[in-house]
Amino acid sequence: MTQAMLYAVFGIVLFGVGLFGALAIAHVMKKLLAINICGVGVFMVFIANASSGVAADYVPHAMVLTGIVVAVAGTAMALSLVVRINTLEQQEEDA
Amino acid sequence: MPLSDVSSLLPLLVAIPLTGAIFSVLINSKHGQVLTGLLAALSLALVIGVILLGLPSDGLQSTAVFRYPIAGWEAPLGIALSLDGFSALLLTLTTFLVTVLTFYSAYYFSASPARVRFWPLWWLLVAGINALFLSADIFNVYVTLEIIGLAAVALVALSGNKAGLTAALRYLLVGLLGSLCYLMAVALLYHVYGTLDFAQLAAEAESNPLSWSALVLITVGLVLKTALVPLHFWLPHAHGSAPAPVSAILSALVVKASFYLLVRFWMEILAPAVTNGALILLGILGGLAILWGCIQALRATRLKLMVAYSTVAQIGYLFLLFPLLMSAEGTSAAQLAVQHQSALAAVSYFIVAHACAKAAMFIAAGNIIHSLGHDDIAKLQGMAKYMPLSLFTFAIAGGSLIGLPPSAGFIAKWLLLNVAIDTQQWWWVVIILTGGLLAALAIFRVLDLAFIKSEQASEQVAPAHWRKVPVAMPLSGLALALCTMALGFNADLIIDLITIGGGE
Repeated sequence: MTQAMLYAVFGIVLFGVGLFGALAIAHVMKKLLAINICGVGVFMVFIANASSGVAADYVPHAMVLTGIVVAVAGTAMALSLVVRINTLEQQEEDA
Repeated sequence: MPLSDVSSLLPLLVAIPLTGAIFSVLINSKHGQVLTGLLAALSLALVIGVILLGLPSDGLQSTAVFRYPIAGWEAPLGIALSLDGFSALLLTLTTFLVTVLTFYSAYYFSASPARVRFWPLWWLLVAGINALFLSADIFNVYVTLEIIGLAAVALVALSGNKAGLTAALRYLLVGLLGSLCYLMAVALLYHVYGTLDFAQLAAEAESNPLSWSALVLITVGLVLKTALVPLHFWLPHAHGSAPAPVSAILSALVVKASFYLLVRFWMEILAPAVTNGALILLGILGGLAILWGCIQALRATRLKLMVAYSTVAQIGYLFLLFPLLMSAEGTSAAQLAVQHQSALAAVSYFIVAHACAKAAMFIAAGNIIHSLGHDDIAKLQGMAKYMPLSLFTFAIAGGSLIGLPPSAGFIAKWLLLNVAIDTQQWWWVVIILTGGLLAALAIFRVLDLAFIKSEQASEQVAPAHWRKVPVAMPLSGLALALCTMALGFNADLIIDLITIGGGE
């Protein structure tokens, strides 16, 4: 098993772990973490792809960069929604 | 090449709404944002008009696909935009609906502080949808899916109340998960075939375990985003709690965008990896969606929730496309191509009919909420007296959803039934007809209450918080509803368009 293969396999495992977590855990923050783990798994598969040739392939690198940007944006948005919902819940309790 | 002249217009379909989004941020005044919106909608309509005129008119014989390599870089390195009959139809539909809904939103948000945030997100969403329909690159499609997803979630969250925010959060998490499944499939496909381009992948794709896993991941991811039963759980609340123009575009276009990709992958890009068993499975889920969506629509107590559940059912009809693609024994390749074309034409018709009818219904429901402050179905008694235009719109659009002639919904169902009978899959006929019956029950339940006799209604409380809506609001809904009727009379227009570029 080459090093690239090892990364790809672990990437797929991480993807599976994240997927399971996102579906099985009810807690919103843990769900969000699980989705991020899932994303890291995908990125690892991309990077393993890039190194499997003789010279490093730059296309997967560009794709991972884009993927990271999207993941950050999505996570930030989810966090801001969670904070907002929490604030509203607290206001309800106070009232 | 004479085609290249029109091809060079393709990037404008993405650039115009993006510019609209930027200007909506820069110009913060109410009139400025509305003016930007109307200008963007008009220029989109102009561009799509020119493109439609430039399309070849020889239907099936034509294999013409417009292609625009961005910045002159061809695949595999570059990213290309492309347009064939199917995407041209969806882009035209998008432009038309966005124009009407922009007009409607100008009134809907005129007094609301959410206006400032609505317009930039609105145009960002439109840019994402247009880019998705034009993309010819599987990674670019991922980016457009995320643009659509993030913009749509922000639009759902505009309502600002707890129910809306919770629905938005769930929608976001589901969307992210769906996109990641899709992205994993992109990684697998790139690993096997070394390209991201639709056409190059379609030429090289084979039936092997990696292609199957990619197809499964893509299907799970996109079915989650299309909200097919049993992965529909997020849709009713997201669509039911968003502002009316947002619900309209989500139900009419956003779920269709991921469905469009499924069709691309199953019919073209990964066609060799598709098996009959998989086609039947999607068909069965579609059938379940029709029945389950209709039953939930019958049980809903809020008008918008009912309309949202009806979307779940209508998505089911779209998935009946897949079993109808199966080849029977002894069918020649030419016969199969014709069968695929007629199945796709039926489903495209369904997409257009549902998009117009559902947008009209959400507008009608939005008007009711705007004037009453609620959309409790039980309290709609006698409302036809106060809001005749909106309920008339609801009735016509409902007729199309049920599939009553001469509406577009009727033609769509009729085309679908034809293909089902031609391919000897009569059980779908039963499901399609049962779905129509259940939809009729749900819609007549509302109409029955709303049109109840006025002497009974006068004893009911005259609506306390009732306020009149500007007449342009019900009129834009009515325009869409009447369109479903007009499309019922001009079925050929759509069928001719869809066959362009479909020649084998």
